[in-house]
Amino acid sequence: MISPSKEDLVTITLNGVEVEVPNGINAVEAAALHGKEVPHYCYHPKLSVAGNCRMCLVEMGTPMRDRSTGEAILEDDGSPKIGWVPKPVIGCATNVSAGMHLRTESDLVTECREGIMEFLLVNHPLDCPICDQAGECRLQEFATDYGRGFSRYIERKNVKPKRTRLGPRVTLDDERCILCSRCIRFSQEVAKDDVLGFVDRGSFSTLTCFPGKELSNNYSLNTVDICPVGALTSTDFRFKMRVWFLKETKSICTESSTGCNTIISSREGVIQRITPRRNDLVNDTWMTDSGREIYKLVKAENRILRPSVDGKDLPLSEGISSAVRILKDRKVGVVASCKSTLEEQFLTKLVIDATNAQVYIRGHFGEDDGILLSADRTPNLRGALINGLTDSYPEDHLNGLNEALASGELESLFVIDEDLLASGVDQENLKDVDIVFLGTHSHATSNMARVVLPSFTVFEKEGSFINKSFIVQAFEQAIPGPVGLSSQVEILSQIINHLRVDSDPLDAKLDGVWKSMGEVLPDLMGDCDFRSLVKAPFQIDGSKWSHLDFVEKNALNFESVKGVQV
Amino acid sequence: MNAHLQERRIILKHADDPSYSNLIGCYLREGGYETLKKAFAMKPEEVGEEVLKSGVRGRGGAGFPAGMKWKFLDRKSGKPIYLICNADESEPGTFKDRQIMYKDPHQLIEGMMIAAYAIGAKQAFIYIRAEFHEGARILNRAIQEAKDNGYCGDNILGSSYSCDLVVHRGAGAYICGEETGLIESLEGKRPNPRIKPPYFPAVLGLYQCPTIVNNVETLCNVRHIIEMGGEEFAKIGKPNNTGTRIWCVSGQVMKPGYYEFECGALTLGEMIFGVCGGLRPGRSLKAVIPGGSSSKILRADERFSGKLKDGTEFDWGLEDIPLDFDGPASVGSMSGSGGIIVMDDTVDIVEAMANINAFYAHESCGQCTPCREGSLWMRKITQRMCSGGAREEDADLLLSVANQIEGRTICAFGEAAAWPTQSFVTKFRDDFIKKASETVEEKNSRKLQLI
Repeated sequence: MISPSKEDLVTITLNGVEVEVPNGINAVEAAALHGKEVPHYCYHPKLSVAGNCRMCLVEMGTPMRDRSTGEAILEDDGSPKIGWVPKPVIGCATNVSAGMHLRTESDLVTECREGIMEFLLVNHPLDCPICDQAGECRLQEFATDYGRGFSRYIERKNVKPKRTRLGPRVTLDDERCILCSRCIRFSQEVAKDDVLGFVDRGSFSTLTCFPGKELSNNYSLNTVDICPVGALTSTDFRFKMRVWFLKETKSICTESSTGCNTIISSREGVIQRITPRRNDLVNDTWMTDSGREIYKLVKAENRILRPSVDGKDLPLSEGISSAVRILKDRKVGVVASCKSTLEEQFLTKLVIDATNAQVYIRGHFGEDDGILLSADRTPNLRGALINGLTDSYPEDHLNGLNEALASGELESLFVIDEDLLASGVDQENLKDVDIVFLGTHSHATSNMARVVLPSFTVFEKEGSFINKSFIVQAFEQAIPGPVGLSSQVEILSQIINHLRVDSDPLDAKLDGVWKSMGEVLPDLMGDCDFRSLVKAPFQIDGSKWSHLDFVEKNALNFESVKGVQV
Repeated sequence: MNAHLQERRIILKHADDPSYSNLIGCYLREGGYETLKKAFAMKPEEVGEEVLKSGVRGRGGAGFPAGMKWKFLDRKSGKPIYLICNADESEPGTFKDRQIMYKDPHQLIEGMMIAAYAIGAKQAFIYIRAEFHEGARILNRAIQEAKDNGYCGDNILGSSYSCDLVVHRGAGAYICGEETGLIESLEGKRPNPRIKPPYFPAVLGLYQCPTIVNNVETLCNVRHIIEMGGEEFAKIGKPNNTGTRIWCVSGQVMKPGYYEFECGALTLGEMIFGVCGGLRPGRSLKAVIPGGSSSKILRADERFSGKLKDGTEFDWGLEDIPLDFDGPASVGSMSGSGGIIVMDDTVDIVEAMANINAFYAHESCGQCTPCREGSLWMRKITQRMCSGGAREEDADLLLSVANQIEGRTICAFGEAAAWPTQSFVTKFRDDFIKKASETVEEKNSRKLQLI
């Protein structure tokens, strides 16, 4: 990193106009703050500065001072005389300071960009028609702005490997590589897995893995995201879809309590890929490879697509009526979920209240990788705390439920998502209870349920999660759910309405749920509503739970103590 | 080779003396390491002051005053200071440092220890190019001799100052002569030059510590500066061009070789036609590259006029250019590393260009775009031109490519690659245009075919 940026503002002159920018940020960022794009390839805001692409060359000057007296030298008209650096400088490594003059729009700057563009293209295969990057390629974009439109190059182009397997998920086309070194720096600095490097020199430099190594870490696909050209491609997404056909939806990764901000790219109701979305408080511009695979749940073989009662497929409305019969006026246990959204958990609590149910909840834990995959492998454990589903920190089993079942305390069970048999509950103990299962995928427990209410995956609904830093983040619906099914919020609302016949029916729209949440949890939710949450996530005060032993370790943008202090 | 009558040998004083070897005994016999004792009797800053007073300019190519360079050293950081001797002599046409290291290595070691003492270096390195394997062996032996005698290593001359000296061999890359590339290489990485700012070696050099990188000849000069005193040294040569320089003359002269002269003591013409015995019979001078292949070529029939820094006007032919730092610089080229390459009328200028371009394309590190792509493109153009595929528009294309490189790269290699092309094409435009109409017979009849 060049130098830490200070947040105090300084005045610089950008293309002849005085503007205020934070002191110490680089010229690329400073210009961007005021709507001037400085094209660049190797510079990435979350990586160290390499300065090798030379695309961000700008003109820089500072007011001249007399060496002996230190006084400013003035032009004839009284304005300060600017000492322009004779050569253009790279914007990415030029940190602004008070009084600096920058030109990002001048004949010299344009000439520089045109020159660099031409150089980048002379040995580039120009195979956009078969390149996955086409449509989101910086080379294409800047070629439109600064390309000649014809080639002066009549020599043979360099030949390099066309399809190198760098790892299980990344395929490299070396001919397209512009040697910006972003992927190398990412591997070193963020993934902490130094496996990439250049071999050979000059124009024959070639990106490759070190001998005996492969790019197989859980962050390898970020190199594909930050590759400004089509060199690094996702083996999964390669040749599958033209990016301009893709609908992009803002989403949140459900893999762990980190809650990486993501973009779901889909076409005609089919998800094609998941990529990270920048959030400097959460995931910067990264996400895990494993998190990108989650969309495969949508079409998983064990997806439940039809409601059923006692093994018979029935319409959803009849499934809900059957569920209500099982839950009403009986000794009920509810197995809530840390995977449910904030809204679903809120409604789950209403079900619990309406049935006077015992509530059970488990956590799911794994190894903390210290970057973005946290030890808590559920997206919304803190939501369960806030909604009052539990006061204590969930353990990774349901032994309490097993004991309650063994002692015959319960007649009915409302299970949301969890597989009881995989959570320490003995199958024997479930023999005499009626189970209502609300979830997306079948497993041993759903197979035992009398009523199965299938519902939507995270991609087919909207809602919000509270991540490990107590940041409430909303996600939107990317694709429609399977025909004939409803969202969990809809199903839970209907169950509640059936259970509470004397109360006003619930508004199953998220805005309505949020209004109710605001009434029940005014301290936490205030007067926020769902639509504004989508635009602006907010952090809530988690100090109430600071006594709990949260499992998350220090990681990117997260200190384990910070997680409970605001 | 016998020293030429007119030479003034300071650095190479003993180099070709048949009774002198590179062992420490010879060096001590000739007063070796006495200057080190003198320097150690002074305060380090006094040593630096003498070097500053001497006005000695860097002999590696850029000609930056060495004393000034030392002044830039960041001494407040509290980090260890390193001294590196740049012995990666790779500039085509240059072979002076080799003579020093092979024939008088102790002179370099003494100079380095004085410099290390002056800047307070914790550790010193000699980064020597891979091809000088014999040089590395000689230096290692010499360092061991110096250590055995207390001139280097722990408690030098019985003082409390210690500075180890290590020879590090390169792996065969021109770019390692660029000081930040050299530092990267010394750290064990690819020698990709660093961006400046912020990585100025005097502040953030080797291992991000303050570092001084000096050329072999410069460091040898340090020894002589301390021996005779800065002011006395400054009397050698001319103001702003102090001391002697070793000129390496190659190409089509009768007596190519290395010659040490006081700066400005003779002109380019005197060097070629006097010292070097002129051209071969029947040949005429076509062009001269005055300071290693990256300096701009000078045409034999050019006239150069203008004003020197001190205000005196000049009107020179090629032969009148004084051999010092400012002479070649004032005619738009540079004295660079002192490698004078002479070309007579048998040289096909496009082929010469193709040869130089092949070198730079091969040696570009590939880090930054303009040099990486531009140098190879220029090589491909000139190679094609020499293989029967020349077009008239290639001259302009070459010039345009070179212009797109110059001033836009991370390190000075960009200029080094662009300047030859810019000057060749500008000054010998007709030769490049004519290439387009060259017949196969003409091509095959050329006596010298470089590629």
